[in-house]
Amino acid sequence: MKRSFVPLYELAHARTGDKGSRSNISVIAYQQKDFAILQRELTAEKVKAHFSFRNPTSVRRYDLPNLTALNFVIDDLLDGGVNLSLNLDSHGKSLSYWLLSMEVNIE
Amino acid sequence: MSDLYRIACAAGFSGDRLGVAKPLVKELLRLGGPSCLIFESLAERTLALAQLERLQNERLGYEPLLEEMIKPILLDCVHGGIPIVGNFGAANPKAAAQLIARLAKEQGISDLRIAIVKGDDISSPQFREKLEASLSANDRKILSTSQLVSANIYLGAKEIADALSAGAQIVVTGRVADPALTVGPLMAYFKKDWSDWDFLASATMAGHLLECGAQVTGGYFADPGYKDVPDLSNVGFPIVEFDQAGNICVTKPMNTGGLVNRMTVTEQLLYELHDPAQYLTPDVIADITQAHINDLGSSRVQVTGIKGHPRPGTLKANICIDGGWLAEAEISYAGHHAYQRAQLAAQIIRDRLGKQLDLRVDFIGSSSIFSSDSGHGPVQAANHQFEDIRLRVAAAHQDRSVVMQVCREVTALYTCGPAGGGGVRTSLKPRLNTLVGFIPREDINASYGFYKGEANR
Repeated sequence: MKRSFVPLYELAHARTGDKGSRSNISVIAYQQKDFAILQRELTAEKVKAHFSFRNPTSVRRYDLPNLTALNFVIDDLLDGGVNLSLNLDSHGKSLSYWLLSMEVNIE
Repeated sequence: MSDLYRIACAAGFSGDRLGVAKPLVKELLRLGGPSCLIFESLAERTLALAQLERLQNERLGYEPLLEEMIKPILLDCVHGGIPIVGNFGAANPKAAAQLIARLAKEQGISDLRIAIVKGDDISSPQFREKLEASLSANDRKILSTSQLVSANIYLGAKEIADALSAGAQIVVTGRVADPALTVGPLMAYFKKDWSDWDFLASATMAGHLLECGAQVTGGYFADPGYKDVPDLSNVGFPIVEFDQAGNICVTKPMNTGGLVNRMTVTEQLLYELHDPAQYLTPDVIADITQAHINDLGSSRVQVTGIKGHPRPGTLKANICIDGGWLAEAEISYAGHHAYQRAQLAAQIIRDRLGKQLDLRVDFIGSSSIFSSDSGHGPVQAANHQFEDIRLRVAAAHQDRSVVMQVCREVTALYTCGPAGGGGVRTSLKPRLNTLVGFIPREDINASYGFYKGEANR
């Protein structure tokens, strides 16, 4: 059966970095042909909504077509970051895998 | 002059794997040609911890594993003409130089030229006014009511390059921008102008790719079935080949595990980057929006097309202040109704401490990572059948005795809590908080000097 929604991890890989309470998550298409889907589906608004339980104050998206990559910069995602957060993962290193769980429309 | 210069990185943070420098040095010697070995061992808070250590003992405060890092490769590097550059000086570069001088002596190396980069430490009272002026109004208020632990400027590559040009075989630094460890040797070797922004930007991104060690060679990458990495247990650390024109080739030693491909390099190129058109460093503003990545196969990946813009007028300062105490305590519940018993235990802790402390409560095995400190998380499937749950309670407070109660109350769950609770572990740690300021470049006096032995200190 043909699916119209797939989890993002089937199309892309990702890596999280942190600076203070700001997180950046790169999302990179495995295949060039899927980059347009990422551009269409992963709007800053949708990414912000996907992380809404973490109360991010802003999400900016930077497009790098040469690298088939999007870079999301998400403010105040980390409860104060490595110094202040009570989270076991105070760097938020695991958060790329939350983004990769997002369902995206491939039609 | 050879057209290629190689830089190998043998550490991506303080606490990185030991023993990785030897295969790197072996590979550099096998390949021949000019090269350098770098160690990056200072994360945001590492230096503050080192400063605390130095306050306890003035002979400490540098990278605790320095001896283990340097000892196995010092002789080969000296004989092979491979300089070593590291920010392993942390809060006490002079003491680090002293240790390296002792190691050299023990190995029969005479007259080792060790340079020390100075000027990053701005914690002394003479800088206080400038420090305060560099902060936002809110952060200035925080600083005024807190105890300063450390304050350091991220220095650029100039002093490292000058020291190498003057014949340094080892360069010990405290806080420098991580890529400076790479930019310094490249500028010393290729003798480019400090306003050659494109070259500086390429060198900076080469440093950026190297500075987290194995994160570009297959570490922080594997996802079985989707992104497989061969022999990750023996992951090789990275080597960058750099040419006159600023072209980068990332690779790793032969016969090591891991891999370098388009995916590992793209992930690391964007790691901790914000606006890809403006990566701010002390030496240049790098722009990777036109960068191309070319996978040559056999764990060789080329990066080209990096552009540079004039360096910023200010330098970033990292200011660490006392952040009170962090308490964490855990207890496990397993088997029938494990999740329900862990829930009851959490309720007991909340009832007893929730009024005095902002508690974070995790159910490790069910949900512990994605949710925010206030307890909001993704909506989980209603599965309460978990049979192996570890309850974790965490809280922070300025007052040690207040936060200590988290450890006491979780421990008391042994006899006062639900059935079958076991394996309590508690931890109480001092915390550091970081503030960031920007200080005009001309207010900072960076320099380097050669270590002249203990007698002349």
